Amino acid sequence: MNRNVLIAQPQWLGRDKMDDMRIAFASGKGGTGKTTVAVNLAYFLAYSKQQVQYLDCDVEEPNGHIFLKPHIEEMTPAQVMMPVIDKDKCTACGECVSHCQFNALVLILKDVLIFPELCHGCGLCARICPTGAIKEGKRVIGSVEQRKAFLNIDFVHGILNVGEPMAGPLIQQVKHNYKEGYIQIIDAPPGTSCPVVKTIVDADCVVMVTEPTPFALHDLKIAVSVAQTLNKPIGVVINRENGEFKPLMDYLSKNRLPILATIPEDKNIARQYSEGNIIIERLPQYIDNFMELAINIKKLLEIKQFR
Amino acid sequence: MTDIKEMVIVSGKGGTGKTSIAAALTSLFKDKVIADCDVDAANLHIIITPEEVVSQKEFIGGKKARINLDRCIQCDVCRDVCRYDAISEKFVVDPVSCEGCGACYYLCPAKAIDFTPQLAGYCYICRTPLNESFVFAELLPGEENSGKLVAEVRNEAREEAKKRDTGLILIDGPPGIGCPVISSLTGVNFALIVTEPTPTGVHDLKRICDLINHFKIKAAVVVNKSDINPDYVEEIKRYCENEGLTYLGEIPYDSKITEAQKNMTTILDFAPDSEASRAIKEIHKKIQKILEDV
Repeated sequence: MNRNVLIAQPQWLGRDKMDDMRIAFASGKGGTGKTTVAVNLAYFLAYSKQQVQYLDCDVEEPNGHIFLKPHIEEMTPAQVMMPVIDKDKCTACGECVSHCQFNALVLILKDVLIFPELCHGCGLCARICPTGAIKEGKRVIGSVEQRKAFLNIDFVHGILNVGEPMAGPLIQQVKHNYKEGYIQIIDAPPGTSCPVVKTIVDADCVVMVTEPTPFALHDLKIAVSVAQTLNKPIGVVINRENGEFKPLMDYLSKNRLPILATIPEDKNIARQYSEGNIIIERLPQYIDNFMELAINIKKLLEIKQFR
Repeated sequence: MTDIKEMVIVSGKGGTGKTSIAAALTSLFKDKVIADCDVDAANLHIIITPEEVVSQKEFIGGKKARINLDRCIQCDVCRDVCRYDAISEKFVVDPVSCEGCGACYYLCPAKAIDFTPQLAGYCYICRTPLNESFVFAELLPGEENSGKLVAEVRNEAREEAKKRDTGLILIDGPPGIGCPVISSLTGVNFALIVTEPTPTGVHDLKRICDLINHFKIKAAVVVNKSDINPDYVEEIKRYCENEGLTYLGEIPYDSKITEAQKNMTTILDFAPDSEASRAIKEIHKKIQKILEDV
């Protein structure tokens, strides 16, 4: 461990504690480096004496813990509501089945069957059952773990049980652990659909991590439009940069999306990543990139205040 | 009529090279229908540029509630029954939070709520330059029901396969292990898992394998970018052995794969003699054997 290579007292923040802020990391395409950038920024901020909370909302494939190496403190089963049918009271009238929008209830002969994985826990069936035959119970879809990680980073992640289709409710439960007085770093899942929306919806800004390839650019555009619909300030980090990729530059300038930082393509980064290491700890030449990122995120949020 | 076999390429972790490998495999398999089931971030059409969109179908997702303020009596019932905090104090429904359960619609005493199906995306059935069928979809940004749209893409692909009497559907799957992945996996004959030799790659590999076991699907593993970390390649091999998964081989890291993508072509067309191309050809031969048996 060679933490001493990091600057002892970075002055970039002034002397004060930074304001609370929620920074979400998204990308559209998977594997562009969301988690790498998020964990390294978290590490940089924590090293700069900020109180940092890291929330991994990629509950299908959470990876932040591989780098931040938290120690288990608490593990809570994540539960969602689901109907429980009292067969003695049920008259098989089919009201619940016809009202359920998610096809989670099916009437077969004289029995109402429940498909728990399809249930969104809305509680409508229990409310409209004319004979009061439906009560609500709970079922476990995964777990939420909260731990202390490197440099006292408050680390939270959710792990969806294998076979469970719905990430949304678990993402919500990860976010129930928001702590006041912390800078929150939120790692979103790949894609551009509802789990991403649920992740970034309450963020102060969204950092899009992209790479100079046609696939990444295509998906970046969709992810940006999701964040724009939600009215979020957006900035971009170009990862694995190796010479200019003109279509990306054209897109960014045309849409006035600021580049917050650039990280070059470097086999050494890939190697450190492949060993589960924090990049700026092992390759201190990249500390500046993350300092720049932190400063630019701060600016992005200041601009927002004046909008 | 030919038996239709479906093969899906998945990874758990994003960015391991699913789509690049899928694109390369499309130029090796003759006689197939191609389907891109990564409906929220479809990329295959960037490489396999469709010659013609034969038909474009609207995808109707779930319903969303909208309160008609003229009829609203501000009784608060909707706000009480909504579990998703989607209704504001001024009785406006936030379409982003609304899950479309209909609780407010059915329980509103003033019948002041509209509850109508929403357009959530498009499904495209295309013809490739080689006159093959290629189906892909676009979920509108931020929409739900990606699993349902995946099912739609697969249905269309099966229809195309029947029409053309084609024996194989090659599916490029989404990352993760959730709803759209489950929908891409159910009922396929074979799953090709693309991973990379990193701790995150291995971590996510195990989760996608658990999911595949859950559905009892025949699966095999390919390690992409194999020279990043040989220790993890060995770990993946051991894992496959223990889990009874077929290990198909390795594809070395090759910057030509990215170059090929920038030129909107497959690695096999761009650099046919590169190490990566040769590795993919070997893997293709092994997949053909597996597909004969499933």
